[in-house]
Amino acid sequence: MIPNALPLSLQDNPRLDQWIGFPEAGRVAVRTGKVELGQGLLTALVQIAAEELDVAVARIQLATGDTAATPDEGYTAGSRSVELSGGAIRLVCAEVRAMALDAAARRLGCDAASLALEDGVILKDGLPTGLDYWAVADDLDLTRTASGAAPAKAAARFKVVGTDVPRLDLPAKIGGAPFIQDLAPDGLLHARVLHRPRLGARLVALDEAAALKAGGGAVDLHRSGDLVALIGPDEAKVLAAFQRLRDRARWEGGVDLGPGDAEALSLLDRPAAPPRIVERGAPLPAARRLRATYSKPYIAHGSIAPSCGLALFEAGRLTVWTHSQGVFFLRSSIARALGLEVSAVHVIHHQGAGCYGHNGADDAAFDAAFAALACPGRPVRVLWTREDELGVAPFGAPMVVTLDAGFDADARPVDWTIDIVSPTHVSRPGAHGGVNLLGAAALADAPPAPAPADLPDPAGGGASRNAFLLYDLPHQKLVHRFIPAPPVRTSSMRGLGAFANVFALESFIDEAAEAAGLDPVAYRLKLMADPRARAVISAAAEMADWDSPPPDGFARGFAFSRYKNVAAYLAMAVELSVEEEVRVSRVWCAVDGGLVINPDGARNQIEGGVIQAISWTLKEQVTFADGAVASNSWETYPILRFSEVPEIETRLIGDPTHPPLGLGEVSQGPTAAAIGNAVARALGARLRHLPLTRERIMAALLEG
Amino acid sequence: MALEIAFRVNGTPRTAHADDDAPLLHVLRNVLDLKATRFGCGAEQCGACMVLVDGAPAYACTLPAGAAAGRAVETAEGLADHPLRAAFLAEQAGQCGYCLSGILMSAKALLDRTLSPSRAEIVAALDPHLCRCGAHERMLRAVARAAATLRGETP
Repeated sequence: MIPNALPLSLQDNPRLDQWIGFPEAGRVAVRTGKVELGQGLLTALVQIAAEELDVAVARIQLATGDTAATPDEGYTAGSRSVELSGGAIRLVCAEVRAMALDAAARRLGCDAASLALEDGVILKDGLPTGLDYWAVADDLDLTRTASGAAPAKAAARFKVVGTDVPRLDLPAKIGGAPFIQDLAPDGLLHARVLHRPRLGARLVALDEAAALKAGGGAVDLHRSGDLVALIGPDEAKVLAAFQRLRDRARWEGGVDLGPGDAEALSLLDRPAAPPRIVERGAPLPAARRLRATYSKPYIAHGSIAPSCGLALFEAGRLTVWTHSQGVFFLRSSIARALGLEVSAVHVIHHQGAGCYGHNGADDAAFDAAFAALACPGRPVRVLWTREDELGVAPFGAPMVVTLDAGFDADARPVDWTIDIVSPTHVSRPGAHGGVNLLGAAALADAPPAPAPADLPDPAGGGASRNAFLLYDLPHQKLVHRFIPAPPVRTSSMRGLGAFANVFALESFIDEAAEAAGLDPVAYRLKLMADPRARAVISAAAEMADWDSPPPDGFARGFAFSRYKNVAAYLAMAVELSVEEEVRVSRVWCAVDGGLVINPDGARNQIEGGVIQAISWTLKEQVTFADGAVASNSWETYPILRFSEVPEIETRLIGDPTHPPLGLGEVSQGPTAAAIGNAVARALGARLRHLPLTRERIMAALLEG
Repeated sequence: MALEIAFRVNGTPRTAHADDDAPLLHVLRNVLDLKATRFGCGAEQCGACMVLVDGAPAYACTLPAGAAAGRAVETAEGLADHPLRAAFLAEQAGQCGYCLSGILMSAKALLDRTLSPSRAEIVAALDPHLCRCGAHERMLRAVARAAATLRGETP
């Protein structure tokens, strides 16, 4: 049985009617504060509700992320949506199911234990009673606080959870218009917003006349401080005006941003906060020592759609449509930045293209709100340019990770230090008390910038995420050097610090195994006691036939991680070849995510994470030139293509009686490490700085 | 210069009043309200806007609408009954789905040319397209599945 401890989401939103209602016969309204980001969450949550209520999937109408209609569950982030929102929905639905059976029993004058439910119909001795959810709905006091006490189903009784229910949102995405970019309400105005090319730059010249002329007289300009919006009914004319405006705008001052800043090691030249030290255990005497430094550069989210926002300002009230990960935080930040009451702002989530963290979604929503205030009564749609999407949205933070360890005579690490240098991994709206919206910082009366900080360890950590190893070591010490003022905005990107930390840690474990003359898989098993970790390591090794040599011309690498050390376990082997460039041909993943709500969806997330991480590992690095981001097109910021993806085999080996563990961010770090480990075997030389580009491979070959 | 542009869209004659140098994508989405064709980059670099013009893949984000005059344009709206749709659903070939419309059109151009594409041919047909979520392998399988359906085989 999964224990009925109240998930945080239910503690924060305790009333049953915040989560569920019976608005019309045959339909159940279920509400979540979490949102669909392309990860398939909606389908999983509907499965959970359908399971506990004993109704068909098609009867569930799921409302998501709406400040006027759904519970506030903060950000959809950290691979915790199934655990938190799914956990809440599960308990609420189990409780409402029990309440419905009690109500029916009272009406029928029988024992509730003699009743059963099938697709919403209440049965007695297998026969319909004439009652169903909707007949007894008025008897149910859904205003009461959830107790969490109703018994939820045991895994053995699951009929919907654990099955491959097809994605509910996919049909509309094939030939339909389901995206926020597709919204076109009556009277729609289009807008484009001019953004600073670098932090703190001031707009010193603007050729308004030329821009408006390029817009053919059908475009208006709205400006506050250094924030400028062009607005009009014809998108093509707005775009023409915007291109002219952008080309002739002159910016001065702001941060110093040059090509050298693109290298992660440049972080070491920046001012750092005093180191934060967390130590577990005490070091033991070491026989040998190893030390190595690894790094990861700034990387871009690179959603295939540019960010979009819509807003309508009418009768003093502002409605905003957004693909943000956190509508409630966004509402507060927009209200503060624009001087509105929070109660006068309504923020509604609408699906965008794939979201892998804090991208331009919130900023684009603010841009739309800013433009809408200038055009009361008309909906305004802001679409970012590709250049802005890759150039001014927050970036995944660069990191420098140094490992310094002493090993005993048996090759066990007994004196272990991880030293991390990184700017923040969270600057979302509301974080650290700040508004944190790109456009708001350019307003004439810009809100104050918050004191920089990273996500604290109890919240999963930012740079420190997965800094500690799950292996059984007598001593681990973290030295966290926070860089308060990076030259560009950094924030949450899939896995946060886990990507660089797992790359460094699992590369270093391989280096330690090699130094001791031990097989990497055997060495990991030697250091690991956790039976679930051991199981995925053994399974991945078996899938890859690890003990047999790879085919001629290929090398294999291995890695393991448990995301955040509390979520899903994953072990992975990769097979690749290196000829000037790295080409990953096969990947084997073994994953323990406990109870998996939708196995096919889980595979899709894991395998998609692998492919995205191959791209980060081999190709991706944000570059700077002339005081701006240079990598602002797909030509200058290439990502993995169809001709470069490997075959991936994934085995889900979790026990469905264990609680669900988030797995959307488990595969990225191990992917980088497994590739690094395989490349080291292929080249006989270790590459420790991402991305593993052709230039770095060639340099290593020349040195070797 | 604004003018009446006449062309066929998914087999139906349509006319649109638009600047002849406005991108075809703008005309499809904003004039004809055919929103399945997506904007991704505006620079022929991602393939989200791919349509077929006289059967050949074309980037609607840069193609002047005037260049489509008198020609046959196909968009993802036209695939409602095509085996590609069923195949992509069967393989659950997508995550966010934003890149799918363009990919489906390149896949259709391939299957219009051959019903027995090799894996290399499918990869080559889809290689102009970017997918950020990492659903590539599923899409490659889906195109192969649609080809099998068109050959009369049960996948």
